[in-house]
Amino acid sequence: MDLLNAVLQGLLLGGLYALFATGLSIMFGVMRIVNLAHGDLAVVASFLALALVTNTFLPLWAVVLVAIPIFSVLGYALQRTLIQRSLGAGPLATLLVTFGLSIVLQNVLLESFSADTRTLEAGSFATSAIELNDTISLSYIGLFGLVAAVVTIVAIQLFVSRTRTGRMMRAASDDPETASVVGASPAHIYGIATAIAFATVALAGLIFSMRSSFDPSIGPSRLLFAFEAVVIGGLGSLWGTLLGGLALGLTQSVVSHYDPASAVLAGHLVFLAVLAFRPQGLIPARAV
Amino acid sequence: MSGVVVRRSARSSRFGAAGLIAVAAVLALLPFVAYESVTSSLVTLFVLVTIASMWNLLAGFGGLVSIGQQAFIGVGAYTVIYLADHGVSPFVAIPLAALTAAVLAVPTSLLAFRLRGDYFAVGMWVIAEVYRLLLSRVDALGGASGRSLEGMAGMDQTLRAAATYWAALAVTVVAVLGCYWLLRGRVGLALTAVRDDEIAARAAGVDVTRAKRIVFLASAAGCGAAGGVLVIDALSVQPNAIFSVQWSAYMIFIVVIGGIGYLEGPILGAIVFFALQELLSDAGTWYLIVLGLIAMASALFMPRGLWGQVIDRTGMRLFPVGYHLERHVGTGRA
Repeated sequence: MDLLNAVLQGLLLGGLYALFATGLSIMFGVMRIVNLAHGDLAVVASFLALALVTNTFLPLWAVVLVAIPIFSVLGYALQRTLIQRSLGAGPLATLLVTFGLSIVLQNVLLESFSADTRTLEAGSFATSAIELNDTISLSYIGLFGLVAAVVTIVAIQLFVSRTRTGRMMRAASDDPETASVVGASPAHIYGIATAIAFATVALAGLIFSMRSSFDPSIGPSRLLFAFEAVVIGGLGSLWGTLLGGLALGLTQSVVSHYDPASAVLAGHLVFLAVLAFRPQGLIPARAV
Repeated sequence: MSGVVVRRSARSSRFGAAGLIAVAAVLALLPFVAYESVTSSLVTLFVLVTIASMWNLLAGFGGLVSIGQQAFIGVGAYTVIYLADHGVSPFVAIPLAALTAAVLAVPTSLLAFRLRGDYFAVGMWVIAEVYRLLLSRVDALGGASGRSLEGMAGMDQTLRAAATYWAALAVTVVAVLGCYWLLRGRVGLALTAVRDDEIAARAAGVDVTRAKRIVFLASAAGCGAAGGVLVIDALSVQPNAIFSVQWSAYMIFIVVIGGIGYLEGPILGAIVFFALQELLSDAGTWYLIVLGLIAMASALFMPRGLWGQVIDRTGMRLFPVGYHLERHVGTGRA
């Protein structure tokens, strides 16, 4: 029964990993880049929420509704300024620029909020759970993460297949030059893709901070989890990313049930096993 | 009649290798005349030059951007700790640390080379974390809290400082000259072809993967030796520190600022980085913020780094790995 609980908790955690990895997956799918500041941006979202909750009278749900559009605008602006410029500055530039951004964000957070570990007071929503029996209880926040991941991925899939902008996004991903000939502006399309990615990062970062404590230095380890989810699932496939996130969460949770100290290592080893035996990932496809 | 002669070296580059050896010879005499504080901070500079040169070899010439080279720094450091436990002098253990890192780089490359571009970079980071987590579990090597280096207790403090300095200097000179030697040979030619057009290079029979793997192994060996120097300098090892991604940050910042793809770049970059570090040592986190901003600006606006600027202004090449045309008037040679 305890093991069943570990499996269910793993799926909830995996849903959150998948939601968080969606942004990384989109940016790679559309622009072929890995944003190394991905993890730190989620931590920025956590601290933004912390600052808003402590300094204003906004309730947490309102903070979530404020933070997501702020991050979308930030994403669009960052793409049009830094990232778009780095796309033209040689193959290494995007990695170097986003890595530099990661270091800058971490240290700005450290300077502004100190290295202390923080928690976000999420009230009854964070502590309530559905009690299935004596040993198994599913927290609302955990369920919210998994549902948010599925809803987000369905919404993005509908967006890229049903809307004009979404179709242009696929076109710009396949061939930016030809796409611009038929009227798509790659820079604008890339900006929208980054805005969507940043919105999911903000949502995932906020759910992370309601689930567990955070500090300025945890961004990179979260980046690695998102990265692993994307690779395990298969590059360029959002459903693959969902599956990859679930696989990673499940592995960490089940191993943690037996030996908590080995959970992260086990996740890394699953990632290496996928590289060794199934490098195309679980669902090799190209979605966005 | 005028002709064109294809040469590898210009006047400045005849100075290059000879100059490096002369500078190294002068630096080697330093422990006899300078204070220990000077030589001790130069050990840090030498380690920075070494690891940055290794990163430059990998990224600037092999096209393999890695954020996980700390894997090999840590492996090298732990090799020295392990061998010292078994009676090997830590100084003798440094080349063995390089060897161990190169050997472990073979299976590492088999996994990591399945990822390309940006994904290779982050995949290497995951692999470095795996090395850290695995070594943190070995109780004999101090587990997660690390431990101190054996076999140095009986050594005189002044002699130990001087020997550490010489070891660091030797590793740096071998690393820089090793890159120079490697890139002037077949591997360098293959990598240049790959950089210009990978598909055409493959079609022309260049074994791209082999060339990249050689560079990867060489880079691992250099980082392993640097890790050995670090542990001898610090006399202890701590897994979270030796496997910290901070090392990759340093390598990347140094190479980007100094000039990626030039052997001179990491040397110049390390000196600038080291000077900034000494200058801003009181500024704490602001130092890293400033450094990150400089690196971002450098990647965007000065992609060839400081050494690229030097070349544009003077045409000087100390360690040329390409070829160079000289116009000869009236010599009659073509």
